[in-house]
Amino acid sequence: MSRGRPGRDDSPDRLYTLTGGRSRAGSDAFDLVTLVVSESDPVAGMQSEHAAILRMCRFPTAVVEVAAGLGLPVSITRILLTDLHDTGRISARHPRASYRLPDHDILEQVLVGLRNL
Amino acid sequence: MDSVTSEQRQTLHSTADNGLKIVVVGGFGVGKTTLVRSVSEIRPLNTEETMTQAGEDVDDTVGVAAKTATTVAFDFGRISLDAHNVLYLFGAPGQERFWFLWDRLFSGTLGAVVLVDTRRLADSWYAIDRLEHHGTPFVVACNDFGGPAHTPAQIREALDLADEVPLVLCDARSRESSKQVLISLVEHLRTVVAAAPRPTPHPIPEPTP
Repeated sequence: MSRGRPGRDDSPDRLYTLTGGRSRAGSDAFDLVTLVVSESDPVAGMQSEHAAILRMCRFPTAVVEVAAGLGLPVSITRILLTDLHDTGRISARHPRASYRLPDHDILEQVLVGLRNL
Repeated sequence: MDSVTSEQRQTLHSTADNGLKIVVVGGFGVGKTTLVRSVSEIRPLNTEETMTQAGEDVDDTVGVAAKTATTVAFDFGRISLDAHNVLYLFGAPGQERFWFLWDRLFSGTLGAVVLVDTRRLADSWYAIDRLEHHGTPFVVACNDFGGPAHTPAQIREALDLADEVPLVLCDARSRESSKQVLISLVEHLRTVVAAAPRPTPHPIPEPTP
């Protein structure tokens, strides 16, 4: 029988407990690469995942990195981030809105950055 | 959490404010993670998205038991391009059964790299077909596994690849080679954007003579 990764408990019950029974965030505001920045320090009594996010995001950290850091699915991470965002404990730097195709200036910046690697 | 916090996690510039995405898609074992690792400034991380296939409108409390949850794991890496732009590379499974997740997971992506193994070209037919239908610009990168050499023309024909789609050969283990793959994608994007009609911010009423 295949088991999950060591230390992981993927039981849906546990995930529902983390989010107070919610299964999805109120909005899709948090993209995978929205950069999250802490606006406050963890405080005593805070849910441990919330505290972990605040420690992780002292410098900008993408949603997907937060999820990997917590070892939680992205969808659950989004809900936890929404909690913190609603209470002003984090700020979110969303990807610059693009139309169907990316902006020419952004592409130039990406090319310069890649060539400098 | 331990695996990330126990090692020195490289942090982004405090000025970083624009996340960008490129998806690397390909079959199992084709070298997606290898390519991401070659160019990433962090050790590739793994995370997962759990999706339910029931409709979005299904009432949560009623529908829970009936929904089928699908978990898709994906790797990602990161490249800080400058003080503001951070490029995230996502390695995604290209198999047919994962594709219903793509629109959600990778919406807003700049473009895609289809990584192929010339010994198993058929594995990438589905990915190419879906990207074409979705209108996501992409390049095809052949990872060199040292098999019998094929000419680019042979590969193009086997993949039924449109002339305008760049085809590059690469060694995913090489940072320089992987970097060139990304550059070829962004140069291709530039061509696509230049050729596209410019979006008009406000509808202009047609003058009637």
